[in-house]
Amino acid sequence: MTEATGPTTRTITVQALARVEGEGALTIRLREGQVDGVELRIYEPPRFYEAFLRGRSALEVPDITARICGICPVAYQMSSVHALEKIFGVTLPPELRALRRLLYCGEWIESHTLHIYMLHAPDFLGFESALAMAQASPTYAEVVRRGLHIKKAGNRIVSLVGGREVHPINVRVGGFYRVPRRDEISPVVEDLKWARDAALETVRWSATLPFPDFAGDYEFVALRHPDEYPMNEGRLVSTRGLDIAQEEYPEYFEEYQVPHSNALQARRRAPSNGTGAYFVGPLARWNLNADRANPIVRDAAAATGIPFPNRNPFTGIVVRSLELLLAVEEALRILGAYEPPAKPAVDFQPCAGMGQAITEAPRGILYHRYETDPAGMLRNAVIIPPTSQNQLQMEHDLARIAPQLVTLPDEEAALRAEHVIRNYDPCISCATHFLKLKVTGR
Amino acid sequence: MDTVQRKPRLGVFKFASCDGCQLSLLDCEDELLAVAGAVDIAYFLEATRRPLEGEFDLVLVEGSISSPEQLEQIKDVRRRSRFLVTIGACATAGGIQALRNWGHVQEYLQIVYARPEYIQTLATSTSIAEHVPVDFELRGCPINKHQLVEVIAAFLAGRRPKVPNHAVCVECKRAGVVCVMVAQGVPCLGPVTHAGCGALCPSYNRGCYGCYGPSKGPNVPSLAHQYQGMGVTPETLERTLHTFNAWAPGFREIGTKSAEQA
Repeated sequence: MTEATGPTTRTITVQALARVEGEGALTIRLREGQVDGVELRIYEPPRFYEAFLRGRSALEVPDITARICGICPVAYQMSSVHALEKIFGVTLPPELRALRRLLYCGEWIESHTLHIYMLHAPDFLGFESALAMAQASPTYAEVVRRGLHIKKAGNRIVSLVGGREVHPINVRVGGFYRVPRRDEISPVVEDLKWARDAALETVRWSATLPFPDFAGDYEFVALRHPDEYPMNEGRLVSTRGLDIAQEEYPEYFEEYQVPHSNALQARRRAPSNGTGAYFVGPLARWNLNADRANPIVRDAAAATGIPFPNRNPFTGIVVRSLELLLAVEEALRILGAYEPPAKPAVDFQPCAGMGQAITEAPRGILYHRYETDPAGMLRNAVIIPPTSQNQLQMEHDLARIAPQLVTLPDEEAALRAEHVIRNYDPCISCATHFLKLKVTGR
Repeated sequence: MDTVQRKPRLGVFKFASCDGCQLSLLDCEDELLAVAGAVDIAYFLEATRRPLEGEFDLVLVEGSISSPEQLEQIKDVRRRSRFLVTIGACATAGGIQALRNWGHVQEYLQIVYARPEYIQTLATSTSIAEHVPVDFELRGCPINKHQLVEVIAAFLAGRRPKVPNHAVCVECKRAGVVCVMVAQGVPCLGPVTHAGCGALCPSYNRGCYGCYGPSKGPNVPSLAHQYQGMGVTPETLERTLHTFNAWAPGFREIGTKSAEQA
């Protein structure tokens, strides 16, 4: 919606952002054709996770933090168990570590496919939804069906390892409650073999979409691991030379509150770039870790003809497709080598301490910090989701696209602004511990 | 309702929640396009930009009422709906965010936010049925997607959904899962928890942790007695009951917190 509030001013508003996870709005204020202000307003009501985690047993934590997000519950479980295991001195044997990576592959596949096909593609193709796409032509119906089928393959992995797609029940501090049996694996492998071709086709197809020229000067931040594409482990690095241990995160990053949002925002402390905004997620991961990807995925990236590293957030859909292919390949590799571990979990004694962990959620780095008492009960919890970290960068992108919106009709201006936000695949329920677009011209 | 032949209009609304239950609809990968063919998905913000307008034959509501805005919105949604079905623990019981209902909202605000005065929230998080009439409640954190398809099909056909309200124990017996409490001495909320998950946790060698909320007529004192015999403290039972369905009648009354409150 746009309202003319004077001869030289204009406000572009999106009251309720669609095809994002959770509730947000957006406002762009223009004055005499200049950008006067942008706000990404997160009106998703707060749920106070960090408060009610206090006094809970560490053993309950992965069940509780999963409920922060229905799309990426595995990410919350992974950051939780890794942080708590640092407190309790737990190291997982390689076979259990591989199962956790497999579970994360499943979530990357279902979450990325949901975003590529259901949430993001309609922006590029001019549809209100994937459902409308499916009804528009047999060709598009086939595309949507392919997306749903790949998503299902990802969900099958999450169900295999986690017990169910949403809020898996099988993750615990120390490992799992039960490990998959051999006979449970074969049907999933068959699905994934199909998904490998479909994922490769997704990369080719996404690379044909029209990308507006919108390259920005971003600081990309992601994990980096000595020999793997990062998921559960690694140092925290950036394209501006940051290279720190996970435990040093609080010294380099901070959360702060803005009046217009129920989500805390995160920024770099003492920023060299002036504002502290930074960019997390698939594009950041790929720009920093492409050399760690499977050669099949690197070849697929080269075949798109899109230059990488890339600073245009609209190409995020291609990078998400590359990570989809990567996750399918990785899942097949892990399942191919799978021998049921002798024990589903490592024994440990709860104790007092403080532990921090960062893992790569589908939308970017997810930081957890816990303090426990001697019985392993939580004294304190801090959770910083990827969308909180991208929030400031999203506002900067809105400010940067705003001058291009001045000459556009209302509906088109709002749509372009929304597209800029959806590039980030924001997860608003996560960030409120988090989003609304309103464009105004005062 | 008009009498002209047309597709029934389906609306999906979200209040305070994690999106997981409405995601369950998108997770019906095999059925989704068929559903979209049978009904007009007229409002579903997570999936489509279609603006909110008009009335609905069936509305699915996810999430709890936890802010002044939501209190007004749910009344508007009810006015637009012929049938209103709540999906998931947040909408049917207030969700895990209902833990604030024991009087800690100011403390919670201060723990999470440096400037609590910026945040608009109610002191309580409550179920949809506490505010407007609800035609059917589908339990679970998250809901079972097959039950969701059954509920949609039932309402479109004008019949009651076939969704059993017995305890998880019955599901274990039916699935041939050996009782984890009896055989392994693992504490399990199965005897007092509503069916729907298919006895998932016991089939993974862990006790039920109650994500489907209370079954019909849950005998919590009897479970407390059993836990006592196993050396599980009353505090542990209270804490586990007071998680995703803390404010559901049947779980709400247990323990010391409710005594202070009442």
